[in-house]
Amino acid sequence: MTATETRPTTPAPDPGRRAGELNALEALRFAWRQLTSMRTALVLLLLLALAAVPGSLIPQERVDSLKAGQWKEAHETLTPIYEKLGLFNVYGSPWFAAIYILLVVSLVGCIVPRTLVYARGMRAQPPRAPRHLTRLPAHTAYVSSEAPDVVLARARAVLGRRHRLRADAGDGTVSAERGYLREVGNLLFHLAVLVVLLGFALGSLFGYKGGVILVTGTPWSNTLTQYDDFVPGSLFSPTRLNPFSFTVDDFDIQWLQSGPRAGQARGFNAKLEYAEGAGADQGPEKDYDLRVNHPLSIGDTDLFLIGHGYAPVITVRDGAGNKVYSKPTVFLPQGPDFFSFGVVKAQDAQPAGIGLEGFLYPTYANVDGNPVNLNGDDLNPVISMKVYTGDLNMDTAQSVYVLDKSKADTVPGQPGLDTLRIDLSPGQTVELPNGLGSVSFDGIESWQRIQISQTPGKWIALAGVILALLGLMGSLFIRSRRLWVRVTPTDHGSLVEVAGLDRSGGADTDDVVSKLVARLQPSPDDRPEDT
Amino acid sequence: MTDLQWADLSNQAIAAAGVVYFLALIAYFAEWSSLRQVDRAREAARSSSYAGAGSVAVATGPERPAVDEPRTDRVAMFGRLALLLLGIANAVHFVGLVSRGMSADPNRVPWSNMYEFTISGTFVVALIFLLVQRRWGLSWLGPIVVGFVLTLLMVSVIWLYDSTGPLPEALNSPWLVIHVVSAVLATGAFTIGGMTSAVYLLKRRRAGKPETGIWARVPSLDRLDLVSYRIHSFAFPIWTFAVLITGPIWAHQAWSSYWSWDPKEVWAFITWVVYAAYLHARTTAGWKGRNAAILALVGTATLWFNFIGINYFSTTSQHSYAGAVPAISTVAPAATTIGG
Ligand code: HEM
Repeated sequence: MTATETRPTTPAPDPGRRAGELNALEALRFAWRQLTSMRTALVLLLLLALAAVPGSLIPQERVDSLKAGQWKEAHETLTPIYEKLGLFNVYGSPWFAAIYILLVVSLVGCIVPRTLVYARGMRAQPPRAPRHLTRLPAHTAYVSSEAPDVVLARARAVLGRRHRLRADAGDGTVSAERGYLREVGNLLFHLAVLVVLLGFALGSLFGYKGGVILVTGTPWSNTLTQYDDFVPGSLFSPTRLNPFSFTVDDFDIQWLQSGPRAGQARGFNAKLEYAEGAGADQGPEKDYDLRVNHPLSIGDTDLFLIGHGYAPVITVRDGAGNKVYSKPTVFLPQGPDFFSFGVVKAQDAQPAGIGLEGFLYPTYANVDGNPVNLNGDDLNPVISMKVYTGDLNMDTAQSVYVLDKSKADTVPGQPGLDTLRIDLSPGQTVELPNGLGSVSFDGIESWQRIQISQTPGKWIALAGVILALLGLMGSLFIRSRRLWVRVTPTDHGSLVEVAGLDRSGGADTDDVVSKLVARLQPSPDDRPEDT
Repeated sequence: MTDLQWADLSNQAIAAAGVVYFLALIAYFAEWSSLRQVDRAREAARSSSYAGAGSVAVATGPERPAVDEPRTDRVAMFGRLALLLLGIANAVHFVGLVSRGMSADPNRVPWSNMYEFTISGTFVVALIFLLVQRRWGLSWLGPIVVGFVLTLLMVSVIWLYDSTGPLPEALNSPWLVIHVVSAVLATGAFTIGGMTSAVYLLKRRRAGKPETGIWARVPSLDRLDLVSYRIHSFAFPIWTFAVLITGPIWAHQAWSSYWSWDPKEVWAFITWVVYAAYLHARTTAGWKGRNAAILALVGTATLWFNFIGINYFSTTSQHSYAGAVPAISTVAPAATTIGG
């Protein structure tokens, strides 16, 4: 807006001092003006766009930690440099923050004075007609045979409907202005940007995002220890966890059996039984069909169904015949066909620990001697696992989805394999050699991955963007303009000068002026559209 | 009709639309070459009527020497023909879209993979052009629009084609319709805005050269700037609605986080910021005109990069039509996803 543009960007030179010398206050004021200038806002916006780019090309730790890890392994020389630059966490890095904080400061510095100016100017009259209307970019003049008063009266009537008119416009002129709300829209938009940022900040500071993989039927309650992974905001406190508990009673899924997308799954539905509160305060049990795109909200907490897979029930008996392991074991899908990977760790088996590592074929088939998986549905499940024995290195921290074989021994097995491989269908049991024990595949269950998160401030952010959109529309679509008509008496009637000044940057002011002229003509017939 | 027949119909309609767009393009070229003939005739008429060699032709100036009627008629005829063909192509294109949606069981909107997004996006570009060309005096932009639509349509048929199927689960939401309609609409409008900005820059470079042929029909620089601004200011709120309101609402429902710095989100945000910068640039002294037009083109580039390019640069996108296999890990179970 002109106010920001025409401000001098350098202080007026003081004759008593050498050029270039500024005192501290002036320097500060100079810096402030620079910071809050439109040009700086523009440059900062472009910088922000630029700064967001690397985060979309380099895997981000907070978006996909696995990918980030793989990337780091693959790029040994670049990784330390990138790490220093914060390129694995661009949107949390200091330099990214620096840009948007500067932008916010610039925004505040820009908006506050403009709001004050606007508040003062809100009741102001449209300015007097400039002396030389012909100097304005859009102007015209014509001669009318009507008396000046008639033309002026009509001009007031025509403009008065949609414009604010200057009361003491002076002799022979009409000053009109419209579009005061445009500036309101613009201010609202910029303020709303701040509201969005506030909402977003609340979410990332006080919220959390956690997840858990649960085999169907396993009860779960909302305490920190029950999460598989938990990413809190920096100001999150565990007291904010809502007490509740739930169990996935049943999990439905539909597999496409025909068509080009056969084998694709849809219609996931986790039938949830949940209760708010804990212990004595526990509320009544309720049911909910947790589906994709249909999260469940309990208090401030939202539950989402975001993944699923198979958990073969595997039982390991040791050499002495004791059950040392028997439970549904979560296998992780390797692709959309749910060919899955999993491990079993039975360290306590006697005489030696037993470890299994291998794959699940939900629909196993033997095609020309090769095992293949035909479908994601568990039509013919087979587990195919390699057997290890001895020390599974369970004393060190490790993932439940990885078997540490660094200290383990192999088991003599089929020729050509590093260790024994056992293939089992449900209901089958296989004896391990050397009196190690046996492994049974008892059946198959499913697991669901439930994401549980709190996002405080989300309604603030939403309200913010909606306000921003409203403000934006006001700011972009409300036409703001000033129009002047000056009528000078002549021998045969009057000379009418009309001029307009557009303040919104998107208007065809010449067109507006010529339409106004048309409406100033005596015949009221076929008036063009209202200006 | 069976699903398979619908799918065939869709493919045929898209191919037919491509052919008719091509015919429209030829008609535009014919209009163009007739324009050149008119110019030549006018030039001849002018040099015989007066020796004003140094005068610069003015686009719509009344001082144009008269030209024989049949030639100008031919220009108008080809122009109308091109527009008619464009309208037919667009209608056939629409049939292609609808039948694509009908070919899925259950029937759905045709927006579940890159191929479908691209054929929808190009449809909207052509449709917006048809709707506004008269009102905003954009008929001169026709050849560019058709050329663009035709090229992208070919790209989508050759490289992006994907067989039809039901919506992946995560896309199965009413928000899909709201989000995609607004995103595609804004994309179409921004694309046309990018074209007018590009023409602005080209015309600017030609400043001083005689305005012959097609150039004579391109409006003045001020007018071009104004039209670009209007198109962008139409598209910007829609884009805001698509990527900053409906996108996050839907992301919250489907992926549990309304903003997760997914590459698609990041680029939608970058596009938004670039266009915000464009709007600022237009009101900043020294950035008006040329620099603003350049920013508008940068905006178009980020827009289409996000639409197609980012899928090839980044595999972490949760947007399922990016075609990535659901990321599954042995260490981070967090990466298991449903329905892509
Ligand atoms: C978060 C950063 C910002 C964003 C996203 C943003 C976005 C926008 C958008 C989209 C517009 C166009 C709507 C309109 O024309 O009213 C606009 C206009 C405007 N912005 Fe910003 N802006 C930001 C920061 C700033 C800052 C820091 C300033 C002050 C220096 C500023 C001053 C203005 C002014 C004066 C206009 C009105 C231009 C006109 O009259 O057309 N903005 N802004």
